[in-house]
Amino acid sequence: MLARQENTPQPNRRQFLKASALAGAGLVIGFHVPVRAGKAAATADGAFAPNAFVRIAPDNTVTVMIKHIEFGQGTFTGLSTIVAEELDADWDQVRAEHAPANAKLYNNLHWGPYQGTGGSTAVANSYDQLRQAGAAARAMLVEAAAKRWGVPAQEITVDKGVVAHAGSGKRARFGELAEEAAKLSPPAEVTLKDPKDFKLIGTRLPRKDSRSKTRGEAVYTIDMKLPGMVTALVARPPVFGGKARTVDAGAAKAIDGVLDVVQVPRGVAVVARDFWTAKKGRDALEIDWDLSAAETRRSDAIMAEYKKIADQPGTIARKEGDADTAFDDAAKVVEAAFDFPYLAHAPMEPLNCVARLGADSCEIWTGSQLPTVDQMTAAAISGLKPEQVKINTLLAGGSFGRRATPDADMVSEAVSVAKAINGRAPVRLLWTREDDIRGGRYRPMYHHRLKAGLDADGKVIAWTHRIIGQSIVKGTPFAGLIKNGIDKTSVEGADTLPYAIPNLTVDLTTTDVAVPVLWWRAVGSTHTAYSTETFIDELAQAAGKDPVAFRMEMLAEHPRHLGVLKLAAEKGDWGKPMPAGKGRGIAVHESFNSYVAEVAEVAVDESGEIKVERVVCAVDCGRPINPDVIKAQMEGGIGYGLGAILHEAITLDNGRVEQSNFDDYLPLRIDEMPKVEVHIVDSTEKPTGVGEPGVPPIGPAVANAVFAATGKRIRTLPMAQHDLRGA
Amino acid sequence: MARFILNGEQREVAVDPDTPLLWVIRDHLGLTGTKFGCGIAQCGACTVHVDGQPVRSCLTAVEDVEGATVATIEGVSGEAAQAVQTAWENLDVVQCGYCQSGQIMSAIALLSDNPRPTDADIDDAMSGNVCRCATYVRIRAAIHDAAKSMGG
Repeated sequence: MLARQENTPQPNRRQFLKASALAGAGLVIGFHVPVRAGKAAATADGAFAPNAFVRIAPDNTVTVMIKHIEFGQGTFTGLSTIVAEELDADWDQVRAEHAPANAKLYNNLHWGPYQGTGGSTAVANSYDQLRQAGAAARAMLVEAAAKRWGVPAQEITVDKGVVAHAGSGKRARFGELAEEAAKLSPPAEVTLKDPKDFKLIGTRLPRKDSRSKTRGEAVYTIDMKLPGMVTALVARPPVFGGKARTVDAGAAKAIDGVLDVVQVPRGVAVVARDFWTAKKGRDALEIDWDLSAAETRRSDAIMAEYKKIADQPGTIARKEGDADTAFDDAAKVVEAAFDFPYLAHAPMEPLNCVARLGADSCEIWTGSQLPTVDQMTAAAISGLKPEQVKINTLLAGGSFGRRATPDADMVSEAVSVAKAINGRAPVRLLWTREDDIRGGRYRPMYHHRLKAGLDADGKVIAWTHRIIGQSIVKGTPFAGLIKNGIDKTSVEGADTLPYAIPNLTVDLTTTDVAVPVLWWRAVGSTHTAYSTETFIDELAQAAGKDPVAFRMEMLAEHPRHLGVLKLAAEKGDWGKPMPAGKGRGIAVHESFNSYVAEVAEVAVDESGEIKVERVVCAVDCGRPINPDVIKAQMEGGIGYGLGAILHEAITLDNGRVEQSNFDDYLPLRIDEMPKVEVHIVDSTEKPTGVGEPGVPPIGPAVANAVFAATGKRIRTLPMAQHDLRGA
Repeated sequence: MARFILNGEQREVAVDPDTPLLWVIRDHLGLTGTKFGCGIAQCGACTVHVDGQPVRSCLTAVEDVEGATVATIEGVSGEAAQAVQTAWENLDVVQCGYCQSGQIMSAIALLSDNPRPTDADIDDAMSGNVCRCATYVRIRAAIHDAAKSMGG
């Protein structure tokens, strides 16, 4: 339950209402590119900082301030590329650094006044802004050179970090011009390159974080070391909604190295000199939990209730024509129901945060996905003003949505512990894997019901889609995103179904369950793509048509869906016969304004085990910034989605989470990873995100392939629970 | 008092003998390249070499490496190490990077044993190392590249 705790901040509700969907596609609010006014800043070390994003030092390094956390998706590389392109920098001189928390300078332009990363928006919202930033810096370097050399600025060229004047033979590196450029005023307007002149965008540039991550040198939050720092582990209620009634800390405190045991809003914290001591201390706590307000059901009992709820209509999310009447004219009616489990994000770096509290300051080190929320939360708990809270964003070992909590759980716990020990020492708050798997914030459990009517020619004339499940934003500061009773994150992908169907209804019933839920890589599309794209496959079969041809007939108005569908089918050998026991399936889905189609080839052996052998992916994400990063995100999205549909599930018994670690919450391993081929559409549309859109099509593509191989439809996930022997 | 050789240096640490090697390396000896992922030897993020063999340090009590030679990502060296790390960089294997120290330590151990592994050998040797970013396609490719560069 997202129980509001005493110390939870009360952020400005109107600002949150203005903030667009963290995760929902297509809601773009307040897009504008601020043009910096006034003089460029010369920093103490003589660097040239023409705007909030670019810093050029006398030693010739160009530092790009990255406002979106790097947690693997490639923001350090992709966002730096955009600046370097307009700056005409040499890629080797470019460094990336996380920007501080400052929503005035570094807000996500798709979210209004909030700084944060999510919804695959990093490149999409930054593209124009960073081009401007790079171009402005370039113009000032050129102006500085023109002044120094006494030549007209328009005769000066810039290439690979060198400013040159052909007529006089003069040349200077960026660093040599930094001091003089810093004295100039930024231009009121800049000219951006014609994309046909791009030298870096669209090419494979090496990642900025490869070397440090390959040598064990990259610093994550868990690696932070501060003088006098202590380590804290929190014992949390065993059931969602529980509270500590009494605590016997005697045995814990008797352990050498345990420094303190304190109660914090989320549980009982053991503070110790190191991790292992803290863990021993936590194991030794004796806590009597008050479970009177806790969730005590089994997850299958909750699902059974969802199925009953699905007999009644929900709130309309989309309505075209009149589906109910159209079913009367149908020659054939097809129905299917789907069950989706709770899913944990399980990023490799368990959640953590370092907090140092002073009399009038609070400093945070963490993988901050929502710096504005983290800053407000830390301020509210510590009793300071947000501007007294400094957030240092560090590289994070994955997130997949987990670090974007509306109530800043990691930060809130760390600051609460630091406060409880009166700021005596910097606190490193760590979660174990068990804390992570059992800690809630899951992809919600959902039940879907679909029904479609085909006419005598096999055309779809009616479609109804009912979704039952928890809302991700209800009860959080982001509740303003619920419009007319619809949480967009519950229905996205279903209410944006691209197929031309004249009579169509999508409805939603939001349930109240005390299991905390959260956005999980690709959010609504993690379940809507599965139900819609497997159901379309069923309809193609019912109509006696080829699944690709069937889709194409209904996508005439959606050229980008059509483009990736055709490309994936062609590259994925669509139509080529497969041997017995093997099958090929396809799915296409748009999420976060990027379009992805995937063809999966699977083999189902005699034991019924599903082996995904090959996946061919086609992606249209607008103009590709770095094709290799796009490719990596498709590969990774396919693997992440595949693990989930094959064997990931969080289940509850008496309200207790039955899984605890990677031995029973089963991640994808290398022996299950298919060969992956990625084909990128050569587009000149505005670039859009790639962190999430690779995930949604893999589930339905595999399910459709399993059907092709076995004749069995899998409508309840994960797949591992189905017996496909002898199929 | 636990005594072992870490990255070529003799170390002595006053800790409880049941303390996992991982936390001795990280919290007491200050080397943070070796990561904590699960604590139950299921993810491989904590993989180090003990006398040349890949070992999950999260479930290895420090008393069990008494007198042994331990190498971490910071100190691993030799032909296989260089080949693997170079291949990893050339292919941009990493995404979040958190599991990669462990992946690399397992890959080095594999190539030290088997200079020309097949895909099946790689799957076998590497299936104890989880990557939630699913960089597995590139891990396989990088191991093959490293093997080639070693003349395997």
